[in-house]
Amino acid sequence: MRFMMLMLPGGELQETGDWGPPPAEAVGQMTKYNEELTKAGVLLALDGLQPPSKGARVSFTAGTKKITDGPFAEAKEIVGGYWIIDVKSKEEAVEWASRCPGGEGDVVEVRQVFEMSDFPEDVQAAAELSEAPPEQTQSS
Amino acid sequence: MAGDSARGAIDAVWRIESPRLIAGLARLTGDVGVAEDLAQDALVAALEKWPESGVPDNPGAWLMATAKHRAIDLFRRNERLARKQEELAHDIGLALAMDGADLDAALDDEIGDDLLALIFTCCHPVLSTDARVTLTLRLLGGLTTDEIARSFLTAEPTIAQRIVRAKRTLGATHVPFEVPSGEELAERLPSVLGVVYLIFNEGYAATAGDDWMRPGLCDEALRLGRILAALAPAEPEVHGLLALMEIQASRMRARTDPAGEPILLLDQDRSRWDPLLIHRGLAELDRAQQLGGGPGPYALQAAIAACHARAGVADDTDWATIAALYDALAQLSPSPVVELNRAVAVSMAFGPAAGLELVDQLVDEPLLERYHLLPSVRGDLLAKLGRHHEARAEFERAAGLTQNIRERALLLERAAASAESG
Repeated sequence: MRFMMLMLPGGELQETGDWGPPPAEAVGQMTKYNEELTKAGVLLALDGLQPPSKGARVSFTAGTKKITDGPFAEAKEIVGGYWIIDVKSKEEAVEWASRCPGGEGDVVEVRQVFEMSDFPEDVQAAAELSEAPPEQTQSS
Repeated sequence: MAGDSARGAIDAVWRIESPRLIAGLARLTGDVGVAEDLAQDALVAALEKWPESGVPDNPGAWLMATAKHRAIDLFRRNERLARKQEELAHDIGLALAMDGADLDAALDDEIGDDLLALIFTCCHPVLSTDARVTLTLRLLGGLTTDEIARSFLTAEPTIAQRIVRAKRTLGATHVPFEVPSGEELAERLPSVLGVVYLIFNEGYAATAGDDWMRPGLCDEALRLGRILAALAPAEPEVHGLLALMEIQASRMRARTDPAGEPILLLDQDRSRWDPLLIHRGLAELDRAQQLGGGPGPYALQAAIAACHARAGVADDTDWATIAALYDALAQLSPSPVVELNRAVAVSMAFGPAAGLELVDQLVDEPLLERYHLLPSVRGDLLAKLGRHHEARAEFERAAGLTQNIRERALLLERAAASAESG
């Protein structure tokens, strides 16, 4: 099963929505954790994200799109980075999340990735239609 | 903690910790069987304690300390192991004296070496292939005998007995618990890679039964391959094997229709291929190629799989390159199965007649006598050449040879289609 672990940084970072590169010590601890995930054969992908101050949001209301540049005033639970891991159970994902060298106030949220087989058949069929590249209908 | 959630949490810890726990204990005791017993004792202790106390902050260290205490008890009762007792007592003293984090850092490399040694021991050539596969799944995958038995459609007592015998063989032949080096490493690595790929293949194209795939085994093999790539990063074939498995696994969702019927590679909806696994596979292939030394058999097979992965639609497949790669593979590890695959690639690159010429040279190959893919491929080429009558006979022969029920149905369908065309 595939899970995404979302790092929601706590404290000041969450309030200001702005952060630079993390301090060397934190990077060192996180690197060690990432190595542990790698050596256990469970890590598929990971990324640390630049702060919301450098990002933007596109929101959809009443048929219109609105673009807001970061930082976002009343934003809560800003994502600072993620891991994608492949494990056997939710408990294993939670166990890995609990080993993360989190700082004060940090939260790691564990979310399972949808598999196509989780969807009912009509949804699967719809996904197949929309995913088929146009070339495929032309080739014999 | 409530009973069920405690059990789930302990299972999760066990899944993560048991390989390194067993590996560390095997280094201490020099005996894989004793190591597993000690680790099991520690698990039983955890199952008694943790539901009340909660999972400790460093569950791996807790399990290791508990197992080491059991080891001391065991050594006291067993004179043969008496010398080990002092060593171990010293070890525990050291562990208690040092801060947990420092100890972790100091032991990191050692844990990696122990795990590798465990992999090499489980795949030691003194063991039969079946025994290697079973022991690897048991000690490195943390699978129960029941899970292994269900994966291989074998009776549980057979698997249990196989494990007992394998451990006995390792003890009786005094296989040292270590990572081989130099020439010996080069000699024994293929056995390790072979076991991992065998597990993958058993999951990917189940040889018997009514399931076309058993994804659980693929997942185990992938995890083992990823561990190997992390622990032995200087070995190009380790990356080659992982690349091959990642790319093949990327097609898992596209290989069956909703009814569970197999869909052949060229008929698959490529939008269902997993881009993350393709990306990982191509990156591993790059790593294998950068390490140089000429491509090994796994890197070559991965390069072939990569040609398919890179083609957005089946018509874009670079069949000439694939044919050349099969040519290289046939020279490196000659086998009639590789020749058959080369023939398929040649037929795609240069036409069915060119392919059929190569396939016809294999018809009398004794090793392929019972191999269903030979008549299946021959039938396909004959059908393309409009020789439907002959094609039908080949598809029927192939259907009679395969053990896989779903594959048989597919072949009989093609036989019927040929009959209509002819």
